[in-house]
Amino acid sequence: MKARLALRFRRFLAIFNARNREFLRDRSTLGWNIILPVVLVVGLGFIFSSSDKPMFKVAVVHQAESIEAIDLDFLDTRYVQFFSVPDVESQMPKVARHQVDMLLDLSDPRSPHYWINDTSPRGYVLEKMLPEGNYQREIVTGREVRYVDWLVPGVLGMNMMFSCLFGVGYVIVRYRKSGFLKRLNATPLAAIEFLAAQIVSRLWLVMAITIAVFVGTDLFLDFMMNGSWLLLLLITVLGAISMIALGLMLAARVTSEELAGGLLNLVTWPMMILSGVWFSLEGTPQIVQWASVLFPLTHMLDGARAVMIDGAGIVDVFDHLLILLAMTVAFLVIGAMSFRWKED
Amino acid sequence: MTAILEVRALVKQFPGTRAVDGLDLAIEEGICFGLLGPNGAGKTTTIEIIEGITRASSGEVLYKGDPQGQAFKEEAGIQFQSTALQDFQTVRETLEMFGALYPGGMDVEELVDLCALGGFLDQDARKVSGGQRQRLLLAIALVNDPDIIFLDEPTTGLDPQARRNFWELIERIKARRKTILLTTHYMEEAYRLCDEIAIMDHGRIIAQGTPRALLKQHFDDSILELPAAEVAGKLENFPFTVYEEERGKVAISTGDVNAAVAALLQRDVSLGDLEIRARTLEDLFLELTGKELRA
Repeated sequence: MKARLALRFRRFLAIFNARNREFLRDRSTLGWNIILPVVLVVGLGFIFSSSDKPMFKVAVVHQAESIEAIDLDFLDTRYVQFFSVPDVESQMPKVARHQVDMLLDLSDPRSPHYWINDTSPRGYVLEKMLPEGNYQREIVTGREVRYVDWLVPGVLGMNMMFSCLFGVGYVIVRYRKSGFLKRLNATPLAAIEFLAAQIVSRLWLVMAITIAVFVGTDLFLDFMMNGSWLLLLLITVLGAISMIALGLMLAARVTSEELAGGLLNLVTWPMMILSGVWFSLEGTPQIVQWASVLFPLTHMLDGARAVMIDGAGIVDVFDHLLILLAMTVAFLVIGAMSFRWKED
Repeated sequence: MTAILEVRALVKQFPGTRAVDGLDLAIEEGICFGLLGPNGAGKTTTIEIIEGITRASSGEVLYKGDPQGQAFKEEAGIQFQSTALQDFQTVRETLEMFGALYPGGMDVEELVDLCALGGFLDQDARKVSGGQRQRLLLAIALVNDPDIIFLDEPTTGLDPQARRNFWELIERIKARRKTILLTTHYMEEAYRLCDEIAIMDHGRIIAQGTPRALLKQHFDDSILELPAAEVAGKLENFPFTVYEEERGKVAISTGDVNAAVAALLQRDVSLGDLEIRARTLEDLFLELTGKELRA
């Protein structure tokens, strides 16, 4: 039993090492995996930190059917995005971090309140735009969340997504098409040993690159980090495994690289748009928000941002962790059960 | 002698075609067994079912008396017709990777010596020549020091020198009393290497035996070959069978070479370009399958 386990581990290690060598010696792919996220984080961080976002964001608490139904000229102001929120408490931290420029509470028309961060230039301008009236002014304090603080998990997460899905899914289809998998199938190597080696190899490589890029860019950009590093690592590892497992599932029996590319694009593009990589899904139609929860990247990004920006603890992000774990198990089971070594 | 491998009533049905049609086979331990046949005869399908790569529609394959299982995977060495290897690995790393997949086997140095890999051991495995690549694939097939080795058209595409070098390697492996199952298009290769051959067509074995016994069984004549231009108009009512061959040659089939030569001299045929040869496996192959080798 012990000898058999040792043999299994030796086979796993042989495939793991070979895959690592293949990745690390492919200089062009390796360079692309490192350079792209650095360019995106630094470039976009610079672009968006040097010019204000074009739109003002005002969260409105009200009891009307919709914002449009409220009779208040201020709510028709152009270039200001007004959106409904259910309560004041959930929005105050966002005003503190400049994610929302003003919070307006119209739930009691006789005594309306508004909150701004008095260090926010956009909050100051919005305050000047408010019409005369009996608005009660409230101040919230807190460090501004720059766009780059919000963006960095998105860009690194997107890079991980491409690396996990294409680096595993596409590679396995290439192995299958070239006949390399068929050759391995003629050895005592078990499918589970092969798949485990692919997962672990991609996981450590993608984590090493992500950590290196994060630490490197953090030296210059000093990202906001209000939570636990360990929890952030846990979320990131679970997110990476779930996306690798998704790649394995998609590649389980595909034999054409064109089809594999199509399938992988079919999941990466919606994730890139709907998982909140570039912009917050707050204020987007409800159907978009429902669709976003289907993607592992959404849960990884929401969890990572909650830890980094809101200082969330494990209890606060437990639902994301649980969903990522469930997705990983489901993708792995389906992927392993439908795995084929060769073209039929 | 005991059979190391037995195939019974093997059938493989693909949509619209039956690639293997009730095939029976027994291969004795320690011999080189050649499986010959035209393209599409079912050789590769048969060999891949035996290797456990393809599932049979029906029938059974027994290795050392038992269905193929983990023991077979650990004790068989396989060289496919074409195999891609992992990119960015040296020859040595490729051998070490495959070696680690088996519980035991040959040392890398022993394989290097046996398969003459010394000159390119630290080269990228993708960048070796055709002959070197075939020797590497053979070394991978031998990495577990197998009891039975499957070689599927191992010399296809090699130049004559590389092919002969490869034959010498296989002879060295034969000398180690390994059982070899070889498929090939080259009849010279089969004649030189195989102790026993089976000729397949349409998914069935149509002839089986030692090369010499099969030739003896099917032919009792020799062939005299002459340039067609040399015999033009001189072989009417010739007492032996005459037929045209490729490349402007005429062949005369005879059981009595002396009588045939005398008859040619009588008709004033110059014998300067005469070639006399015994029947070959290629003749047998064409006779049995009625096809060109690469049809």
